[in-house]
Order: sequence, then structure tokens, then C-alpha cells
Amino acid sequence: MKFLCLPCDEVMTFAERQLPGDGTLSAVFACPGCGREMAMLANPMETQLVSSMGVQIGGRGVPEQPLEGTRRGMAGGRPDAFEEVAEPSAAAPEVSAMASPPGAAGAAPSWSPEAVERLQRVPSFVRGMVKRIYADYCRERAIPTITPEVMDRARTDLGLEGM
Amino acid sequence: MSTSEGPRRLRGYHDVAHDTGSGVLEQVVAQRERLRRRLADVGCLVAVASGKGGVGKSAVSANLAALLADMGHATGAVDADLNGPSLGRMLGAAGVTLRVDGDGVHPAVGNAGARVVSMDFLQEGDAPLRWRGPGGDDFMWRGVAETGTLREFLADVAWGTLDQLLVDVPPGTDRIQRLLELVPRPHLTLLVTTPSEAARQVVARSARLLREAGVPRVGLVVNMASFHPAGEAPRPLFAADAATRLAADTGLEVWAEIPFDPELAALTDAGVAYALARPEAPAARALHALAVRVAALEDA
Repeated sequence: MKFLCLPCDEVMTFAERQLPGDGTLSAVFACPGCGREMAMLANPMETQLVSSMGVQIGGRGVPEQPLEGTRRGMAGGRPDAFEEVAEPSAAAPEVSAMASPPGAAGAAPSWSPEAVERLQRVPSFVRGMVKRIYADYCRERAIPTITPEVMDRARTDLGLEGM
Repeated sequence: MSTSEGPRRLRGYHDVAHDTGSGVLEQVVAQRERLRRRLADVGCLVAVASGKGGVGKSAVSANLAALLADMGHATGAVDADLNGPSLGRMLGAAGVTLRVDGDGVHPAVGNAGARVVSMDFLQEGDAPLRWRGPGGDDFMWRGVAETGTLREFLADVAWGTLDQLLVDVPPGTDRIQRLLELVPRPHLTLLVTTPSEAARQVVARSARLLREAGVPRVGLVVNMASFHPAGEAPRPLFAADAATRLAADTGLEVWAEIPFDPELAALTDAGVAYALARPEAPAARALHALAVRVAALEDA
């Protein structure tokens, strides 16, 4: 899907994505010529269709996890279906291999007790994957500690609602 | 809208090559690349399909995987039947927990060391496969989601280097098409049929689909080809000669004719590799000959 700014005859480019948390998607596109902005508002079915493709409009914020589309999409998965081995994502091995100081880009973030408690409320079918996603999110943004507030921000940025 | 000079002409989608920055195309390309990289370590991808249900695809797949693994081959098996998974159990790997590390999701290890991934491992008890999403109109995106899962089973599983990767394709010619969208040229496609007229008609459609898609190597596996009662001469199980006609009409070579044996279903359903447990049975010998031929293909 592309959007054309008719006065400029220019293709509008992606500028911003918002996930209100109600299953819908809002994406802002702007004309590089005149700066005019427009928002594409997708209903839940349209949003689900895009999500089912395993892609995110505006790009992925963190590396994709193994079977992520399946695990995110399935309802009622078996709680003990997966055992996560505690190691950083291979999707970003060059990042994970770095022995960076806390808070530096690439450093493994720590978890606050409140964040750990909240993570325990995530269904175990996806908990290990979600944990990796939060860690990758913080690692790439040089966030040293994962707190509930950071989790809220990541959920909004990455579209993790419901997990 | 029209002007005094006539209707204005908008540039169409293909007139515009500019990147929109949405990143969607790049993500799709990355998915394809991940799949390509994973399958680069597979010597021979074998699709076990039919189009028809109930002809024994999964039983053939399970026994073939166990035989190949028992012959010393690194063999993997994907249960592509997401809504009716059975391959994991047939390979003796029910209720397993899959390990996830940086390389991906590690497959379960079944009979004779065959590696297997099945939706059965991800679901609780007898729960049907359900997807999270808005209610109603599921048909609009369910096929997309299931194709995504099949892609992930192929690309996100840490299969390691494999001599053969079997894909047990569920009934329906559309499901064969779905696999071909991800793997356009399987090294070998085995179409499992029975001598029944109903199977002939459906499998003929699958054969045509594969021919029109340019799939290079397709063979027929005639399951329940005959019945061998103890102490009696083998006799046909079906009155029809449909499998013979199917081979003649499609020009496909018959790779195996597997006699009917109630033990094949009973043991395989129980997670026992029938072909290894009853090696002297006529059906086991036919399956073994099929495995030898598939193995030779990989070695070639």
C-alpha cells in the first residue's frame, strides 16, 4: 500500500505508528515535498491481517523471536510447550556478545522486582518469548533496568497488547 | 474526477517505485531469506501429500522418517497439518517441551532419532487450534496466519543439517499450494493414494496442480494396495484398479505399493515405528524399500 500526495505527486513516507490497544492500528504518513501528513486508520480485522503476515508497519522494533508469529497469534497454548534457555537472542548475536557496562547499548538489562512480578502474570506459553522481547527492547535503547513503566512503553511500541 | 482536458490520470501502484518507509516489504524479504538459509542445510526436502484425507499420509511420513533415521540419516519431519496434527505422536513424541535458544526452537526427538515439530506440541489436550483476533471474519486472515506458522516451522526450528526433511501435508490441494508458496520446488513429492476411485479423483487433481506448478519429481505411493491375510495369497483390498489408472493417466511413477496391515495403523497410532518393530511384515518391507529409494535420492 502506498499513498500519493496529489498536489506534489510524491509518495508519502511512513512517519509514525500508534497502537491504541483496542486491536486497531494508526499509521502516519507524510509527504516529503510539502510536509502534509495523513493518518491511515486500520480496523481490527485489517490490523489482524497485517499482524498475521508477521510484519509490522513501520518496521520491527526488536529482532523477531523464533515462532513469534505462532506464539503471539495462538490462543490457549500449552503452558509448558516451551523451555527458554537463558541466553540472548541469536537475532542480535553481535549485540548480545558484547560485554557492555549496564545502561550501554548492548548491555543486558536488569529486572526490577515489580517487573519480575508482572512478568509472572504473562501466560507461560509466551512468557519466555516476551521476556526476551523486553530485554531486546531495552538492550537496543540502552535502558539499564526493566520496570513496569518500561514494559508499558514497550507494549505500546511493539504491539504486545494481550500478552 | 475529470477536468476540461478529460479525466486526470493518477500514477498507479506500479508507477511508483519509491520506498514508503513502512518496512513491510523488507520484513517479508527477511522472512524469505530466513527460510532460504534454514533450508540450505537440508539435503532433500520431501513433501508427503495427497489432497485426499484418510489415505495414510501421516503413517507413511512417520514410518519413512523413522526408517531413514534408523538408517543413519539426519531426518526431520514437519507436521504441516496444523488443525489435525498427529505426526508428533506417531513418531513417539507426545507432550514434549521444546527448548528455545538463540538458534531457534529445537525439534522434539522421536522414534529412531527423527526430529519432529508439530502443532500438537503447542496445544493443550484436545483443544482445537484457535487464533487470537477480532471476532468474525476469521476467514480473512486465518489462512495467512497458518501459512505463517508453516513458514516458522520450516525456518525458525533449529533443524541442524538434515539429510531429509519430510513435510506431512494435510488434505486439500490448497494445502499443497500453500507449501509450494514457501517451497516452490521440493526435491521430491510423494502423493499418497489408495486404490479407491474416490482417492484417484482427488489425487489426480493434486498431480495436475504439481505438474502445472512445475514441481520436478513426483511419485505415487499406493497405500492399502493389497491385503495379505496370514496363510493366504495376497488379495486386493479395494475392488477398483484406480491406482493403476491414476499412474497411467498422470504418467507418475509408483514409488511404493504398501499392503494393508491393521498393525501398521495400530502401532503407528501408539507412537511405535511399525516398520522398525515388524520389519518382516510385507507393509514394512514396502516402506523400507521406499526409504531406501528416498535415501538414494539424497545420496545422489
